[in-house]
Amino acid sequence: MAETQTLALPLGASKPPARRSGWFKAYFGTPLNSAISLASIAAIFLLGKLAFGWLAVNAVFSGDAATCKVSSGACWPFLAEKLRYMIFGFYPFEEQWRPLLALSLFLASCLVSMMPRFWNRALLYAWLLLVLPVLYILMAGGVFGLAPVPTSSWGGLPLSFMLSFIGLVCALPLGIGLALARASSLPAIRILSVGFIEIVRGVPLISILFMATVMLPLFMPEGVTIDKLLRAQVAIIIFAAAYIAEIVRGGLQDVPEGQFEAGYSLGLSYWQVMRKIVLPQALKKVIPPMVGLFIGFFQDTTLVTIVGLLDFLDTVRSALRDPEWQGIAVLEGYVFAAAVYFAFSALMGTYSRFLERHFRVTHG
Amino acid sequence: MNILNDMRFRAFCYQIGAIGLVAFAAWTMFATASDNLAKQNIATGFGFLARQAGFVISETAIAYQPTDSIARAILVGIVNTVKVSLLAAILGTLLGLFVGVARMSRNPLLARLALAYVEVLRNVPLLLYLFLWYSLIILVFPPVKQALNVLPGVFLSNSGLVLPAVFVESGATILALIVCAGIASAILIWRISRQRRITTGQSNHGAFIACLVLLVPPLLLWGLGGVSFGWDIPQAGRFRLTGGLHVRPEFVALLFGLLLSVSASVAEIVRAGIQAIGPGQWEAAAALGLHRSRVMRLVVLPQALRLIIPPLTNTYLTVFKNSSLAIAIGYPDLVMVSNTVMNQTGQAIETIAIFMGVYLGLSIAISLTMNWYNARVALKER
Repeated sequence: MAETQTLALPLGASKPPARRSGWFKAYFGTPLNSAISLASIAAIFLLGKLAFGWLAVNAVFSGDAATCKVSSGACWPFLAEKLRYMIFGFYPFEEQWRPLLALSLFLASCLVSMMPRFWNRALLYAWLLLVLPVLYILMAGGVFGLAPVPTSSWGGLPLSFMLSFIGLVCALPLGIGLALARASSLPAIRILSVGFIEIVRGVPLISILFMATVMLPLFMPEGVTIDKLLRAQVAIIIFAAAYIAEIVRGGLQDVPEGQFEAGYSLGLSYWQVMRKIVLPQALKKVIPPMVGLFIGFFQDTTLVTIVGLLDFLDTVRSALRDPEWQGIAVLEGYVFAAAVYFAFSALMGTYSRFLERHFRVTHG
Repeated sequence: MNILNDMRFRAFCYQIGAIGLVAFAAWTMFATASDNLAKQNIATGFGFLARQAGFVISETAIAYQPTDSIARAILVGIVNTVKVSLLAAILGTLLGLFVGVARMSRNPLLARLALAYVEVLRNVPLLLYLFLWYSLIILVFPPVKQALNVLPGVFLSNSGLVLPAVFVESGATILALIVCAGIASAILIWRISRQRRITTGQSNHGAFIACLVLLVPPLLLWGLGGVSFGWDIPQAGRFRLTGGLHVRPEFVALLFGLLLSVSASVAEIVRAGIQAIGPGQWEAAAALGLHRSRVMRLVVLPQALRLIIPPLTNTYLTVFKNSSLAIAIGYPDLVMVSNTVMNQTGQAIETIAIFMGVYLGLSIAISLTMNWYNARVALKER
């Protein structure tokens, strides 16, 4: 290459015009572009100044409600005082190491499970036989000398995680079953499944929550009462199952017809074909959208505050309503809650994109 | 051959079994429920709808008094739900288009800003935003006693924005007739002019004439005194403002929250749809000598719409269902009115059945409309 260039140059090739470097052109290439850049810089600067002023310059770092009342900045003492309540709710104060331990164990287990190299049967058994029972024992107590804590005292962040995680885990088999029923060749089963999926997807989650909290007790025989938390959990599972079914259906449709036919021609039964041939292929394809769905459910669990459960958003709001702090730390509370939700959702979103790339690389 | 090994017989049995199971579950639930209700002395059936509602609804788009029936109150809730979701869908789509275009900007700063906007909206629960907007409105604006008199007749306070309202004093019927006729003939003129432009290849003044037909007759009617308007100016009383058009904070917070969430979804959908159209289309159209804006309008957008419409349908269905979060901040939508009815009458099953039925029906209506539009823009294979 170098040779051709030295040969070509004397033949009258004019020197290329002096080019501005790439980034300069990208930001200030044309007058319009320069104007957009300047306006964007101004906007970023203003937002940054506003945020910095509120979070640091004008903020109150020590003192009490009275100091915060006269200041225009963020009120850090509020966060410091209410942090434990906002995260753990009405869980007995001396016992709060238990939900803290449970939360850490849960997040650590999730982190390990997120790595594709650990995806095997052992992980599933570890969750079912080790992690989930330990989490339950930590939260509920009653054995090993742990004081029992009724579910009505559970609250805050552990509750939010529990509702969305258990919701997804329990809804997964249900959703797969519904998707298989919807793809079934038996008309009655298909119609029942389509009816269930479309009804649940056609109504808001809040109406299913209402159904579970207000209507369900009417359907129970006398004397039988179901825990309020469990009822909300059932509502979330039902809701999640319908959405998972639709995602899995997409995965099933992606499996070529030949795979079914090949399975049947080997003499495998319907369940064998599904379990050994079709579902492994279909489920692998739907993992990234499933993570996206989980982000949605994590955010949707905030709706349980409307039916009176003390999830994270609800504990934050009741911290704001504390007479001592009322009307002083509104923005602080909501910004803190938003930051927590944002951190987890954005993390999961990044993970979902990582998975998409991972599958493209490893499975074509 | 053993009948148990017959595929068709087994399929039949499975289906009968499934139907039987569902029917048995439904029957058991029904029996227990009617048993429980009888013990609590709650009458079943929809007779309660005709009873007097007896509660106040803070925001009514159609005429309503507490002496009206419960059915009327639920209708007010339905209208409120439709009102807020329709407005949020329209405004959110417009805002989302802007953000989507900004996301695709070749200026990295603007593209990053738009990305940040989308991420901040998508990664935080909508309910949290509703609470935040609502408490900010309450916090920032003064109480109604010290309402800000921004302009003459315009009051701003933490119980909302009060504006002078215009109403038709006389000649409402004839005005409505003329406006309807104007819209119909404008559409007709528009279609004829488009047909003529396609067949002859020459531009014409169809759009201009259509505007004239739309605007001139009502203005003429007004000029000739066939219709007269009156102003309803709000008055500042001792404790509250009376008269005028009242935009409540609950409505504003809900509308704002919903439209922002719609705009984030629309921005992503539009970006994905347009970026899915390959660069070859742009280059081919540019080679034909079309300007960038025309390439967008005539070549890229018609193809992108096909990818955009299905997820857009989902977004509209979502905003319609999310409007039910109104109950959290006290905007009287269908769910909130139903909840009041439920607490007053104890008719939980019937009320929940009604509002689930309404949501289901309207969801299906939205799906059908969007599917119809999707079929119109779908690829026409020749």
